[in-house]
Amino acid sequence: MGLQAYLTLAAVVFCIGLFGTVTRRNTIGILLGIELMLNAVNINLVAFSRFRGDDTGMVFTLFAICITVAEVALGLAIVILLFRTRRSATADHIDWLKG
Amino acid sequence: MTLEIAAFWAFAVTLVGAGLAVVLGKNLFHSVLFLALALIATAGIFLTLDAEFIAAVQVLLYAGGVITLVVFGIVVTERLVGEKLSHVSRHVAAGGLVAAALAALLVRAISHVPLATTKPGLAGDLTRQMGTSLLTRFTLPFELLAVLLLIGLLGASYFARPED
Repeated sequence: MGLQAYLTLAAVVFCIGLFGTVTRRNTIGILLGIELMLNAVNINLVAFSRFRGDDTGMVFTLFAICITVAEVALGLAIVILLFRTRRSATADHIDWLKG
Repeated sequence: MTLEIAAFWAFAVTLVGAGLAVVLGKNLFHSVLFLALALIATAGIFLTLDAEFIAAVQVLLYAGGVITLVVFGIVVTERLVGEKLSHVSRHVAAGGLVAAALAALLVRAISHVPLATTKPGLAGDLTRQMGTSLLTRFTLPFELLAVLLLIGLLGASYFARPED
């Protein structure tokens, strides 16, 4: 398969993730959309890295995966905290700037 | 070569289908499980790119770690609120339009650029090359990543601490 097929696949998956991120009302649903988008970017990085014969993109993907894990852990901690204070997981209900 | 093409298409179709199920499903828990399927299909895509180590990391950290975390998150929040979480979408038409327009733009741009059609031959073991790079050229980011994970761990346990 050529590089074009991988980039097209990643673009489609990114847009699916974007759709989920902008349409979901639940904060966990939004988080799932962001995961899909990050995943699509990782496909791009690995594909470019492989087709260029340079391992930098793959090392970068490793970093991206690790940072995503930290991001999900923090994101869910924030969701649980919001639940405690607001009793809601709907992003539209969380529109105040002070506690 | 034909096996590679067949594998790519199988993983690509699974990935797109599972991705659509994640964003369109009505059940939050099913969405999470479809996300796991999408992440595993991505690991398969990495395998067709000869990145075995990244595929393994993807399955272990992403599909294993992230999905476990999200499932725990759902269970804990549903416990806290005592009812099923609502998992509906809003502005579906507008969101779909934005996503479709961006997809059309990206696919058009990609099809107009001359891109490599064949992979260069492997100079050696990719995993070995990555290991060498991590401990020579990328030592500082590698160590900073360890610090970031520690900060993430502390921050998450601080946010989710029991109420006092």
